[in-house]
Amino acid sequence: MSARAISDLVVPQGGQSVWLVTLSAAAMGFLAVFALALAVSAAGLARGWSAQLAQTATIRISAPPAEIEQQIAIVLDVLRTTPGITEARLLGEEEQGALLEAWLGPDLPLDVLPLPRLIELTETAEGPDRQGLRLRLSAEAPGAVYDDHTRWRRPLVQAAARMQVLAVVALGLIGLVMSAVITLAASASLASNGQVVAVLRLVGARDRFIARAFVRSISRRAFLGATAGTLAALALFWALPDLGGPLEPVAGFGFRGRSWLLPLLIPPLATVLAWLASLATAYHVLRRVT
Amino acid sequence: MILFQDVTHDYGGGPLFQGVSLKLEAGSFHFLTGPSGAGKSTFLKLCYGELLPSSGSVSIMGTDLRTMSRDQLAAARQRVGIVHQDCRFLDHLGVAQNVALPMTATERPLPESDLEDLLSWVGLADRAAALPPTLSGGERQRAALARAVIVAPNLLLADEPTGNLDWEMSQRLLLLMVELNRMGTAVLIATHDLNLIRFAKAHVNARVLRIAGRKLAVAGSDL
Ligand SMILES: Nc1ncnc2c1ncn2[C@@H]1O[C@H](COP(=O)(O)OP(=O)(O)OP(=O)(O)O)[C@@H](O)[C@H]1O
Ligand SMILES: [Mg+2]
Repeated sequence: MSARAISDLVVPQGGQSVWLVTLSAAAMGFLAVFALALAVSAAGLARGWSAQLAQTATIRISAPPAEIEQQIAIVLDVLRTTPGITEARLLGEEEQGALLEAWLGPDLPLDVLPLPRLIELTETAEGPDRQGLRLRLSAEAPGAVYDDHTRWRRPLVQAAARMQVLAVVALGLIGLVMSAVITLAASASLASNGQVVAVLRLVGARDRFIARAFVRSISRRAFLGATAGTLAALALFWALPDLGGPLEPVAGFGFRGRSWLLPLLIPPLATVLAWLASLATAYHVLRRVT
Repeated sequence: MILFQDVTHDYGGGPLFQGVSLKLEAGSFHFLTGPSGAGKSTFLKLCYGELLPSSGSVSIMGTDLRTMSRDQLAAARQRVGIVHQDCRFLDHLGVAQNVALPMTATERPLPESDLEDLLSWVGLADRAAALPPTLSGGERQRAALARAVIVAPNLLLADEPTGNLDWEMSQRLLLLMVELNRMGTAVLIATHDLNLIRFAKAHVNARVLRIAGRKLAVAGSDL
């Protein structure tokens, strides 16, 4: 018989503390997947929002119907001569209607509403001289308003960063609670096996041997529990409908691409945590046995 | 092997014995007698470090118990066979696995045939797979003695090893201990059984120690 098999043998398998470890590891694995998803999605959102919004801007032109075409022409002319702008495109009326439809529904009488017209800009990485552009526009086309989205971007990016912090704190708390539960379970398991420990010391077993026996059985339970919890949570994420489309930024909660591999780190990490917590506990408890 | 120097032990209600100095030589054979409650089991527990003396010092194989690390104590116990008065086992393992425990739990190899021979010597060959809670008192004592001698210890400490056994089995187990002693094991047996002591004296040069009235003394040869 191998040394491992022997050290497994000397601790009775079963008992409440074993279930405590398995169950809590499963619950923590499950929760950790969600916290991780939050962290990953928040990072993705922050990146996506700042990238998508960084190099685009819009000019909104509101003017009486008689003047609007003229102002549009002036604005396009100004834009053509502004360095830092690679493309300026006037949105057609149907295109604008489609944008609004997503939010307001299909039954809008668009043709009777005096809607402002939109010009979509694509900027170079440095962008135009925004202050100068605003001044020129207000002088030549008073109905045009330049909007570079910073107003929207900054709070969104900030919110995403906060979400990430939140997710990391949640992951930390999950680890902490799991260590605490495992510590309790390990002491309970050692205490309920007082006679086993005493007999092993009596026949000359070293603390290392006795601790290993307990630590192995607890770590194994933690691994099984965390794996089950993680897989269950991943299955849920897998089954989430892919909303896509205009709801993408809100619906993009979850994993994609290579980030699907991240949750696979949870079971080994939980096992290491369980191993450390139960080892420390075992040595602590053993000190009281001669 | 074991050295007591001016040892006093006190559980808290006054000293059980005082000023005990004693040397157990390698290869010696001792009995320990005395009235119930005199402190025989306590004395044995001091010998293998389950208890520390209230004052004075106990050395085991040359090292003071107080200065021993936990691993050193474990290493010392690997060379000591102990029969506890209440014969504690791992209740979820069978008799054979319990008897083999001093070897397996210290990761020493144990030939299967040695285990079988020993089990048949103590009459437990057909109970090898039985769980300890299903054993009779006498079977427990035989299993405990088998577990103590399986490591061929340098020192055997046995607390009432024959308390629940019939006379024939008592003799058989005593001869096992005498045999070990011939091969060099120092033996210390706590017992009430004067017949056993007389029987032993016919086979081995045994000294009798007696605890009474807080003193440990070598008893007269009139037993
Ligand atoms: N852990 C303990 N705490 C307090 N008192 C104890 C403890 N263990 C034993 N005693 C007391 O110490 C005294 C000696 O006990 P011990 O077991 O050494 O006696 P003994 O000589 O082995 O008796 P017996 O022949 O009945 O086995 C007894 O009065 C007992 O009640
Ligand atoms: Mg006793």
